[in-house]
Parts: sequence; C-alpha cells; structure tokens
Amino acid sequence: MTQTDTSRSAGASAPDSPHVEFKDVRKTYDGETLVVKNLNLQIRRGEFLTLLGPSGSGKTTSLMMLAGFEVPTSGDIRLAGRSIAGLPPHKRDIGMVFQNYALFPHMTVAENLAFPLSVRKMPKAEIEDRVGKALRMVHLEKFDARRPAELSGGQQQRVALARALVFDPQLVLMDEPLGALDKQLREHMQLEIKHIHESLGVTVVYVTHDQTEALTMSDRIAVFNHGVIQQIDVPDRLYQQPCNSFVANFIGENNRLKGVVRDVAGGKCRVDLTNGETVLATAVAVGQAGETTTLSVRPERIVLDAAGVGRDNRLNARVLERIYLGDHLRLRLAVADSDDFMVKVPFADDAQVFQAGHAVSVCWAAEDCRALDPV
Amino acid sequence: MTASSLTGRSGARIESRNLKAQLRRTERRRKLEAAALVAPLLIFLAVFFLAPIVGMLIRSVENSELPTTMPETAAALRQWDGIDLPPEPVFASFARELAAGQRDRTLAGVAKRLTYEVPNMRSVLFATARGLPETPNGTWRDTLTARDKTWGDPATWAVMRRAAAPVTPLYMLASVDREMDASGSIVKVASDRAIYIDIFIRTFWMAAVVTVWCLVLGYPLAFKLASLPPRVSNLLMILVLLPFWTSILVRTGAWVVLLQREGPINEALQWVGLISEPLQLVYNRVGVYVAMIHILLPFMVLPLYSVMRGISPAYMRAATSLGATPFTAFRRVYLPQTIPGVGAGCLLVFILGVGYYITPALVGGAGDQMVSYFVAFFTNQTINWGMAAALGSVLLIATLLLYWVYARLVGIDRMRMG
Ligand SMILES: Nc1ncnc2c1ncn2[C@@H]1O[C@H](COP(=O)(O)OP(=O)(O)OP(=O)(O)O)[C@@H](O)[C@H]1O
Ligand SMILES: [Mg+2]
Repeated sequence: MTQTDTSRSAGASAPDSPHVEFKDVRKTYDGETLVVKNLNLQIRRGEFLTLLGPSGSGKTTSLMMLAGFEVPTSGDIRLAGRSIAGLPPHKRDIGMVFQNYALFPHMTVAENLAFPLSVRKMPKAEIEDRVGKALRMVHLEKFDARRPAELSGGQQQRVALARALVFDPQLVLMDEPLGALDKQLREHMQLEIKHIHESLGVTVVYVTHDQTEALTMSDRIAVFNHGVIQQIDVPDRLYQQPCNSFVANFIGENNRLKGVVRDVAGGKCRVDLTNGETVLATAVAVGQAGETTTLSVRPERIVLDAAGVGRDNRLNARVLERIYLGDHLRLRLAVADSDDFMVKVPFADDAQVFQAGHAVSVCWAAEDCRALDPV
Repeated sequence: MTASSLTGRSGARIESRNLKAQLRRTERRRKLEAAALVAPLLIFLAVFFLAPIVGMLIRSVENSELPTTMPETAAALRQWDGIDLPPEPVFASFARELAAGQRDRTLAGVAKRLTYEVPNMRSVLFATARGLPETPNGTWRDTLTARDKTWGDPATWAVMRRAAAPVTPLYMLASVDREMDASGSIVKVASDRAIYIDIFIRTFWMAAVVTVWCLVLGYPLAFKLASLPPRVSNLLMILVLLPFWTSILVRTGAWVVLLQREGPINEALQWVGLISEPLQLVYNRVGVYVAMIHILLPFMVLPLYSVMRGISPAYMRAATSLGATPFTAFRRVYLPQTIPGVGAGCLLVFILGVGYYITPALVGGAGDQMVSYFVAFFTNQTINWGMAAALGSVLLIATLLLYWVYARLVGIDRMRMG
C-alpha cells in the first residue's frame, strides 16, 4: 500500500474509533461544480447510517467513493482507521447491494452467492456451507438452482442482499436497494434488512431518497442537499428538531410561516408574521432582529380553539378543507401567509364544527415551533 | 354436498368449454394474422432461396444426359446385369439412337457426360457415329467394335451403364476426390487429380483464420464502443460500417492498390526503414487475409456491440465489489455474458468467409483460391453444372454440420445477431 504516514499513526484498532470516516472529502466530475462539498462524516462500527436526500444531491457519489468506484477529488476516506485511497475496490472487502441488484444473469442463485467466496479461493465445502446459510437467512433455500431472471423482484433483492453479506464483510453499502419494489414489499423488506442488520452487527451505509424508509430503518440519518450534509442525527431528533428549513421540509410534514424576527432572548425569539400577528418560537437558525425567518410547526403539534388554552401562541385561522381519515381529521387552513397549513385533529364528537369556511384558532407551544433560515 | 353446488360445478364446466372455444377462435385469428404478415417473406424465400438450393442439390446428382438423348439404350442398359458385355439389343438400340443423335445433333451432352469418366469418349463417340450404316454388318456388337474397339471393352459399358442411371454419385464423389472404378467400388482418385479435399481444407482454414482475427480485432473494439457514451459510439459505429458503403469489388481493388509492391504501404515501410526490399503483400495469402478481415470485421463487431451494449456496467462493479480482480471479473462475469455475441459474430464471419470468391480471386494467388472459385470455374468456364453443384452442396453440408455443432455447444436460442 502506498499511503501517507498519517494513515498508520491513527489507532487502527481502538474500539471507539469510527469504522468509516470521511475527512474533508470533495468530488467534482467536470472540474466546475462540486457534487460533494467538504464531506465530513464518521460512522460507528455496527451502525445503520442512512444517506437521505433529493435526487442529485451526491448520495450515490459518496457511496461510490467509499466503495472505490470513484476517486475523491480531495480529502481522505478511512476505513477502520486506515486511509483507503489507492486501495482498489476488490481489496476493500465491502459488501454492496446495487439499485438494480446486478445479479449475474448467467449464474444460478447459488453460483451468484458462491462468487465472492470462490474468488477468495475458499474450499468447496465451506462455500457450500456458507451459501446454504446465506440462503436460509433470506428464506430462499428452495431457489438455489434458479437463474435471477426466474425470480420475482423481491426475491432478487434478497439474493442481492445475501450475496453482499455471504463473505462476512464488516461494511455493507446499499444504494436504494428497495427502489424497484412496490410499497408493500418495500415495507416488508425494510424490516427484514433491519433484522438482518441487528443479528449480524455489520455496519450498513444505506442510500435512499424515501424519508419514511430512512426513519424506519436507521440508527442515524445524514440528510444531504447539494453535496452538503444538512444535518446528521437520530431519526426522532431529526424529525422533532430539524436544524434548518431544508431538513424540516424534507423530513415529514411541515407547516411553514414567513416572518421577521422582532427580538431574540434566551433561546426564544418573537417573530412578526406578514399579517401582523406575533409568534413566540424557539430560535434555531435566526439572525439579528429585523431579519427574515421561516417558522416550522409539525401538524400534529397544533391544537385548535379551546384545547389550546395556555399555549404560547394562538393565531386566527380559517378552515379551507376538511379531510376525513377515520381515526383523525386533517384540516387545511389559511394561517397568516400560508394557505396550506395542515392540522391533524383527533376525531372527537365536536369535530363536526370544523367545516370549510369556519373560523378557528390554532395554538402551539414555543418549543414546538422552530424559527429557521428563510426560504 | 348440496344439489346447488353440483349444478354450480357443471355450470362452471360449460362455462370453461365456452371459454376454450372462444380462446381457440381468437387464437386462430391471431395465427392467421401472423401468417399473413410473414407470408410475403416466406414466399420470397421459397422462390429465391430454397428453390435454388434444392435445384443445386438436385443438379449435383442429376444424370439426365444419356437417358434423355438415348432413352431406349438407357432403359436397356438398366436391365442389363453389368457382367462382361451387354446383350445385342443394347448394342442395337445404342446404334439406332447414336445415328439419330448424329442426325439431330444432340450428342454433345452425352459426349460431355462420358468424358467426365473416360476422357477420350467424345472423339470415340463422334467417330463411331459419323457414317454409321443403317443396318449392322453381322451383329451390332461386331459392327460397333469394328468401328472402334472401345465398344468391345467391358469397362466402356460399365461407364455407359452408370451414365444410364437416373442419378449419379459421380460429382459428389469427385468433389471429395473419390471415383468409382470399373467394378463400381469407391476409390481415391490418382493423387495428381486429387485437389478438392485440399481446397475444402484450405477454404475452412482460411475462413477460420479470418474469423479468429476478426474476433481478436473486433472484441476490444466492440468493448470500447459499448462503453462510450451513445453519441460518440454512434459516430464511431458509422466508421465501422463505412466499408458497407462501397462495393466489395471497389474495396478489394483498393487493397490491391494499397498492398502492391510500389503501393503506399510498402513505400511507407521502406521510408521508415523497417524493410529494405518491398514485401510481397498482394497476390498471396497475406493479401487475401487483409482484405477479407477488413470486409468481414463489421459482421463481428455488430453482434458483439449489440450484446455488450446490453450488459450493464453494474455487473463488473458488483463483481469487483465482491472481491474479484478486474481480470477475474472480466473472465467470469463479462465474458460469459458476451458469448452469444461471440457465437453469432464468429458464425456469421465464418459462413460468409467460407463462401468468399471475389476477394481471393482478385487479391490471392493460385494457391489461395477457395471452393467458390472452383464453383465459378465449373459454372462459367467448363459449364459442368454437376461439378459446380456438387462442390456447392458439399460446402453447404459442411457448413450446416458446423452450425449444428455450434448449436449443440452454445445453443441457438442464446445467439444474438444484433
Ligand atoms: N459519472 C458522472 N459523471 C458526471 N456527473 C455525474 C456522474 N455521476 C453523477 N454525476 C452528477 O453528480 C451529481 C450527484 O449525483 P449522484 O448520483 O451522487 O446523486 P444521488 O444523490 O445519488 O441522486 P439519486 O437519488 O438520483 O440517485 C448529479 O448532478 C449527477 O448529474
Ligand atoms: Mg443515486
């Protein structure tokens, strides 16, 4: 290996050192635009980390740099404390599941699974043993002699998963592995992958642009946009405490209100809305008084009328639309500058009053309303 | 079980019978439509492709010269047991039909047919026919033998008897350097006349060499083309197909100009100082190979390219991510997926190469001519349709055999022509 001294100086086997580390990684394809801008990321051993972001945000590129199919323009990627620059992909020992599975069409399922083992020159008996185990893990014992073309999408997906795991890699990368499946199968496979991850304890880096998938499966989620990690956090904090407008909008349902900061004090700020009303909010990403901001409130944090007595904020609103969903109601309201302000109301007997055109008041606590960067 | 469920079931059975009839009706319609769509091509193929082939196969065993010109003699000869000399009635009818043939000038065909087996039969036949008396001087046998003693030789009549048969293996045997001796058993021809086996071997060898070269040159090219962005690869593909835009004659002629002793290639090599004497590049095997490879290369590249285009780069990535070196990944993952293209390309080039005529004729020397040259020679020069057809038939049979072997090895359903 040809690496700089720094690669050896790091404590390679320290238990709490990150399994994977991106250090100031930048990548450009055309020499003009940075597809990945200054990526710093540490992934713990055994962690399930998801890269989440809209199309073109650089998720696949980051993954490909880790797998060795793309070279970082600058910066360093470390695996178990050692730089892997210059290490060709076939020596990285990283399992990978591709979006369209890339199962070898001319081999049977068993041959596909045996491939990574036979290139490692494992004895025949052990190969058979491991292939059998891997097939049992994904419940495909009876399909060993089939060709990939003779399998359903979900089965192919499982074969791809088994193949990426059969040679016991410490790290597994998955690039939108469920993208081609229908919703039901996708939800089923999400749980299956999660269980496999839990039982094997491998580190997984998972790419998706489906936020539900990310929330369901991940230990931590890194939200990408324009080649920059916007926020990296555990799912519930990411949902409840987004640190900027992009994250607030990208994860879950979000109500936005434009406003101007009146004053900031003690982590709270008062914001004047466009219609003159004032809101008390948690100051997260706001500047000085007088600057614009975007308020973010989750629909399920809002209560209406009498139920909201004692909350920090009470605003006037008008019902535009009422959607009945069995166990709850969804109301679309006009509030300040917004006319798709969504509210979730638990279905109760008085719900009849929320008809289109009715005036109501919406209330929420200052902690549930975050003042973020203007959009 | 209740009554209602029983009627329910028989109802279902009637229903399913109706369904089947309905299905058959729609299926029949679909089949008719399909037949109507392919019918024009099928008729075209039958008339212009299958019929000529069948015609050729028939010609290669056809033996109609004697039976049409001398029907009675032929019939009588067929009755004869072939021992020693035929009985007098054969001589008699032969003499009569010989005289008639001389009068009507229809003997040329028979004469030619007989010279294929006995070279001087033409002169014997005409000498005997000229001024043949109306009545025999004693028996016809003595009369004819007196005019030419050949007619007293049992070997002559063995030949005559073979010429009277409805079909003859003569041409087919000759195309594999075999003939029948007087006793009717198959023997090798004299070594100075045995040329066709060598020519077949040469033909298949040359086609094989050209195929291998096309594969060696075409595979990396197709690989590169397939990995380029479509805009660039389409442009380069046009360059690959460029040779198709000029006639094969022009291309071959161009090679003669390029490769000749004072041609640009020799001059360039001399100018660079690689050689001091001009190389003999044309009118020999080198020239034939160069010209044939140039002309046939696109037939290799096209199927390879189309197969490779369909192979996602993800396979190679997957293979390397699973621990295979780039070479192993290529050998075990990429190469097997291109086999249908390799098979199609090789088969195409080989079959086209086996039938090559104009290129070896123009660029090759005497020792570089392939079977087709002799087919042309027998058709145009000596007008020996039997030989031409027999050589063609052997070539066809050998090619079909090869195709069969290929189909067994690779599987015809896996072949992709592009
Ligand atoms: N090989 C390449 N050459 C040039 N540009 C590329 C290449 N691969 C990706 N890009 C560009 O880099 C940017 C990021 O691409 P990337 O594939 O990483 O996005 P992504 O986040 O995976 O998106 P998606 O969710 O659609 O898969 C895109 O603008 C894309 O056009
Ligand atoms: Mg992607």
